[in-house]
Amino acid sequence: MADARPSQLFRNKSAKIAAIPMIVTALFVFVGGTAWTIVYSFTKSGLLPRLKWVGLDQYERLWSTKRWIVSIENLMIYGLSMLVLVFVIGFILAALIDQKIRFENTIRTVILYPYALSFVVTGLVWQWILNPEFGIESIVRSWGWESFAFDPLYNADIAIFGVLIAGLWQGSGLVMVLMLAGLRGIDQEVWKAARVDGIPAWKTYIFIVIPMMRPVFITTLVLVVTGIVKIYDLIVAQTGGGPGISTEVPAKYVYDMMFQANNLGQGFAASTMMLLTVALVVIPWAFLEFGGSKKRG
Amino acid sequence: MVDITSSQLSGPQGPKPRKALSRRNILLYGTLFVVTVYYALPLYVMIVTSLKGMPEIRLGNIFSPPVEVTFEPWVKAWAQACTGLTCDGLSTGFWNSVRITIPSVILSIVIASVNGYALANWKFKGADAFFTILIFGAFIPYQVMLYPIVIMLREIGLYGSLTGLVIVHTIFGMPILTLLFRNYFTSLPEELFKAARVDGAGFWGIYFRIMVPMSLPIFTVAMILQVTGIWNDFLFGVVYTRPESYPMTVSLNNIVNSTQGVKEYNVNMAATIITGLVPLTIYFVSGKLFVRGIAAGAVKG
Amino acid sequence: MNRISKLLSVTAIVAASSASATELEVMHWWTSGGEAAAVKEFADAFNGTGNTWVDAAIAGGEAARAVMVSRLTGGDPMGAFQFNHGRQAEELIEAGLLRDITDIAEAEGWKDIVNPPSLLDACTVDGRIYCAPVNIHSWQWIWLSHKAYDDAGIPVPSNWTEFVAAAPALTEAGKLPLALGQQGWQQRGLFNVLFAALVSNDVFLSVYRDKDAEVAAGAEVAAIFGAASDARAMAAGSTVQNWNDATNLVITGQAGGQVMGDWAQGEFAVAEQVAGEDYSCLPGLGMTELLSTGGDAFYFPVLNDDAEKAAQAELAALMLKPATQVAFNLKKGSLPVRGDIDLSTANDCMQKGLELLSSGALLPDTAMLNTPDTADQISTLFVEFFSDPTITAEDAQAQFVKIIENAE
Repeated sequence: MADARPSQLFRNKSAKIAAIPMIVTALFVFVGGTAWTIVYSFTKSGLLPRLKWVGLDQYERLWSTKRWIVSIENLMIYGLSMLVLVFVIGFILAALIDQKIRFENTIRTVILYPYALSFVVTGLVWQWILNPEFGIESIVRSWGWESFAFDPLYNADIAIFGVLIAGLWQGSGLVMVLMLAGLRGIDQEVWKAARVDGIPAWKTYIFIVIPMMRPVFITTLVLVVTGIVKIYDLIVAQTGGGPGISTEVPAKYVYDMMFQANNLGQGFAASTMMLLTVALVVIPWAFLEFGGSKKRG
Repeated sequence: MVDITSSQLSGPQGPKPRKALSRRNILLYGTLFVVTVYYALPLYVMIVTSLKGMPEIRLGNIFSPPVEVTFEPWVKAWAQACTGLTCDGLSTGFWNSVRITIPSVILSIVIASVNGYALANWKFKGADAFFTILIFGAFIPYQVMLYPIVIMLREIGLYGSLTGLVIVHTIFGMPILTLLFRNYFTSLPEELFKAARVDGAGFWGIYFRIMVPMSLPIFTVAMILQVTGIWNDFLFGVVYTRPESYPMTVSLNNIVNSTQGVKEYNVNMAATIITGLVPLTIYFVSGKLFVRGIAAGAVKG
Repeated sequence: MNRISKLLSVTAIVAASSASATELEVMHWWTSGGEAAAVKEFADAFNGTGNTWVDAAIAGGEAARAVMVSRLTGGDPMGAFQFNHGRQAEELIEAGLLRDITDIAEAEGWKDIVNPPSLLDACTVDGRIYCAPVNIHSWQWIWLSHKAYDDAGIPVPSNWTEFVAAAPALTEAGKLPLALGQQGWQQRGLFNVLFAALVSNDVFLSVYRDKDAEVAAGAEVAAIFGAASDARAMAAGSTVQNWNDATNLVITGQAGGQVMGDWAQGEFAVAEQVAGEDYSCLPGLGMTELLSTGGDAFYFPVLNDDAEKAAQAELAALMLKPATQVAFNLKKGSLPVRGDIDLSTANDCMQKGLELLSSGALLPDTAMLNTPDTADQISTLFVEFFSDPTITAEDAQAQFVKIIENAE
C-alpha cells in the first residue's frame, strides 16, 4: 500500500498542516495537561494549584484511603460487567431489530433516547424506580406477591449492580445503533452463502459476521471504555456513592477531592494513578491497532 | 438435516413470508416488548410526574397516572422558573446553547474530519504517535483538565470568550471523532483515491471533491455525537464563559440541583425532557442517515 | 453620633462615585424559588443605587466553586461571590486574590452590629476583614411530626431522650422513628448536631477547634457515638437520599422526626403545615438549647477598575443595612446577622432561633473550624457508619480520632 501514498515531501506538507490542530491538541492539551497534573500531584495544593512540594505524601494518603480502594474495586466490577453486557445486549438487540421487524423506527428511538437526556434527573428517576417504598418492589407487592424483594440500591453488596441497570439503560442504545449499522453493512451474499452451506444462524453471527465487524467493534470499544473509566454523573445522580461508600468510583473521588474537599493535590494524585493505568494499557494497544501497516480491508 | 436448512432459510434476513403467530415471532416481539418497557419505563415515570401537581407527587405513587393533569410544570420549566435573579426558566439559555452548539459542532467536525483524512490517506511519519496520544486523551476525566485549560486559555487571551469555549469543545470531541473519520476514510475504495491522484488532484482537491461528497452519512453520525455531547454540556459552559453566554444546561442545573430549596420534581422532569428535545429531534430527523453512515464507514474498514 | 457621621460620610463618598452606573457581576448558588426571591432583594436594592447587578447563579457548591476558582485563576474575576465563610476562603486570601474590605467594615461599624461576633471573626484573617456575612443558618434542629405520634398514640417528644424512648412505639405503629437521607453531608450533620446538643460546648470546641485527639478519644465523645449508633438503629429503614424526601416522610407522618437545618421549615411551609400544630421544631434537640451560627457571606475579588471598586464597596455596605437584612432573611428563611432589627413577622421556629441568638447560646459552625478536607473525611466516615451496622461505635470513634489527629 505504501506506493499508493504520495511520498514527496511537499504533498505531505498539506497533510501536516491539516494535522496541526491534532498535533497541538495532543502535545499541549493532553501531554501538557497530563504533565501539569502529575507535577501538581506532588504538591500540597488545596483550593488553588500551588507549588508547595510534599513529595509522595498525596500518594501515601491515597493508597491508605479505604474509599479509593473501594472505588477501584467498583470500577473493575462495574467496568467488566458493563463491557460484557453492553456489547452482548447491544449486539442482540441489533440482531433482533435487524430481523425486518415492524415498528423498527419506534423501537430504535425508544432504545436510543436515554442517550439524549441529562443524567441529573434520569438518575433520580432510577432512584425512585429502584426504591423499595415506592418503586418496582412496592408495585409487585401490591399485585399480591408479598415477599417480592428488589432493592439493589439499598443493599451495599449489590448496589453497584443497581447502578449497572441504569448504566446499561443509558449506554446500550448507542451500542445497539452502532452494531445495527455494522450489521447493515454486511454483504447480503454472506448470509446467502451461509444458508446454502447449512450453517446455523448463531454460528454465522459468531464466526463470520462478528469478525467482519471488527472496525465497528473497535470504535464502539473505545467509546464504551472511555465512558466506563470516566463514569461520574450516573453515580452522583443515582446513589451519590452510597449506600455507605459501596458505589464510589475513581472519577468521583477525583472530583470530590478537587471541588468539595478543596484538596487539589489529592485529586491530582488520584487522577495520575488513573491516567497511568490507562496509559499502560491504551498506548501499546493503540499503537498496535492504529500504527503499523495501513489500509486494512 | 433438511429441516435445519429450511429453518435457517426462514431465519435472519430471510425474505420468506411467515405466519404472524409463529413461535419465533412470539419470542421476537415478546423480547422486544419487554426491552421496550425497560427502556421506556423511566420516560413514562418522568412524563406522568411532570403532569402532576406537587401534592400528588408527595403521595409517592410514581407509576400512577396523574389524577388531575396540569401543564403548569412545563410552562414553569420553560418560561417561569427562577434561576437566581431572572425568572425566565430554560428560555434564557436556549439561544446561548444554540450559539455555542452550532460553531462547536461545525468546527470540531471540520477539524476531526481533515485529521482523520490525513491519518487515513496521507500518513506521515510520527502521525501514529500523535493519534495514539489523542486516543489516550479520550480517557482523561475532563474535570482534571479544567484548570490547565483555564491557564492555557488565559495565556492565549481567550479565557471567558465564546471562542474559547468552542475551542474546548473541539479539543474534547477530537479523539472519538478523529477515530470515527479515520476508520471511515480508510474504508473507502482505494481506486477512487488512486484515480484522483493520477488526475493530478492534491490533498485538498481530493478531500473536497471526493471524500466529503462520499461521506455525508458519517458527517451525520459525527453531528449526532457532537450535538448530544455539546448540547448537554454544563461544566465547560459555565467554567469557560461568562453569565451572558451561559448555556441552557446552566438553567437546567439551577432548576434541578438546588440543594437547600424546595424541590419541585414535576418542574425538574419537564425541564429535563425539554432540554433533551433538541438532540432527540436530531436523532429523529437523521435516524436513517445515522445507520447508513456507520454501515458505510466503520464496517467495511 | 460618631457612627452616624461615619455612616453619612461613607454614603456621601458612595453617592459621589456611583454617578455613572456600573455593572457588577455577582455569583452565588441560590437558585431555588425562595432563595432566588431572597437574592432579588439584594439585587433590587443594589440596582436602586444606580448600579447594575449582573446575576450569575450556579446551583451546587461543587460546580460553583470550580467556576469561582477558574475565574480567579483565569484573570477574569467577577465583582463579588457567595462563599461559606470559614476556612474555605483562606487560600484565596493568602494568594492575594480577595479584596480587603476592612475600611468599609469600619466605616459601617460592623464590629458593633454583627451578632454573633464570631461571624465577623470568620471573615477576618490577620486582623483584616475580607467578607460580608449576610445571614445565619443553624443545623441544630429536630423536626417532629405530630401525626406520626398521634397515630402511634403517644405524646410528641420534647427532647432527644424522649425521642429515643418513643422509637419502639413508632416502629410498632409501622412508622420510621428517624428519617435520614443517605448522603454524607446529612449524616455528618446529624452527628455534629448530636455532638453540639448532647455534651458541653467545651468538648465540642476542644475537638473541633483545638483538634484535641485525646478528648476525641474520651468517654464523652464515646457517648455521642453511642447516640449516633441509636440514631443509626432508628433510621435503619430510611431509604430516601435527598434531605427533602426525608422531610417529606415527616410531613406525611410516615416518620417521627428528622434532624436537619433550619432550611427544612421551607418544606413544611410549602406543604401548608403549621408549627406547633402539625409539626414541632426543637432547637438543640431539646437537650442543650443552642444554635451554631453558620451561614453565607460575600467575598470581593481584587479588581482594577475604580468604578467597579466603588460598586463593590457600595454592595458590601448595602448587604448589612437593616432594611436589606430584614427583606433578604425573611425570604431566605434564615436569621439576620445584626441583632438590632425587628423580625416580628417571622414564624414560631424562627422566633425560637432569634431568642437563642439574642441570649447568646451559640456555637461556631463546624465550617469555620474545620477545613473542607477534614469535613469531607468526616462525611465519608459517617456515610460508612450509618450504612453499615457492623461498624461499631468504638471502631468509628477510633477512625474519628485519627481524622482529628491529622486535621489542620
